[in-house]
Amino acid sequence: MSFLFAVAPALPLGKSGKFVAGAYIVFVVLILVYVGIMAIRSQRTERELAELQRDVEAVRTREDERERETVA
Amino acid sequence: MQKIFYLHVPLAIVSLCGFMFGALLAIGYLRTGDRKWDMRSYVAIHMALIFGIGGLITGSIWAKASWGHWWVWNEPTLVSFLIVLLLFATYQPLRFSIEDPERQARYASVFAIVAGVFVPLNFIAVRLAQQFVHPRVLTLGGGSLPGSMRLTFLIALLGMTLLYVTLWKYEMTTKNTRMQVRRLRRTLLGEDAIRPAGRTAAPS
Repeated sequence: MSFLFAVAPALPLGKSGKFVAGAYIVFVVLILVYVGIMAIRSQRTERELAELQRDVEAVRTREDERERETVA
Repeated sequence: MQKIFYLHVPLAIVSLCGFMFGALLAIGYLRTGDRKWDMRSYVAIHMALIFGIGGLITGSIWAKASWGHWWVWNEPTLVSFLIVLLLFATYQPLRFSIEDPERQARYASVFAIVAGVFVPLNFIAVRLAQQFVHPRVLTLGGGSLPGSMRLTFLIALLGMTLLYVTLWKYEMTTKNTRMQVRRLRRTLLGEDAIRPAGRTAAPS
């Protein structure tokens, strides 16, 4: 706590200051949790996109091979 | 302690406006039948719920610091906000209970509009009530907020609104991208390539 006062002497951590700090911490945590959940979802979408790309490439390779066989 | 005001009030205002924004977007769905309006409405209400929970928790902390109680049941503003929040908290279970996507979107839109209309009505009813405990610093006639505090509050409100819009857009983009990936997979690889999404509250 003394370190906190040393780096931020204007921080009002008196009787009601802890309530102010608590309210702002709740807000930041809420936003962080939300952004974290959305980041996990974005990762899932990224994985699905990579999977789709692999599948499409596999289909394309198969079609190319079939075409070559037909020509041969 | 007053500093909580710059967080709690913008959170509550943006949350209530978000519910009404969701209702307006739901009208868009009922008018056009386009699913993207349903998605917009869903995300707007979802975001407003998150902001509302934030407003409720910070309000509760403020109440504890000011009045010595986490919650005061005879305070109309607090209870009316809780009622609105609980009303919209049923939005997700309502969606989840309907399997057919078309019906889900239609019923959810009707609910969003009716509940959205309730928000300003509720607000007016509380304002008209006689017994006030909640500090009235914001009124149409100017209120009792000093100039410097008013400026700080307006900046906080603007910041909160921008945060709401940014997160709304962020979630919309994420959901739209996911839907487009699924659609692309279906188009390129056929219906069998799609894993069934299962029952979900979100528009699919």
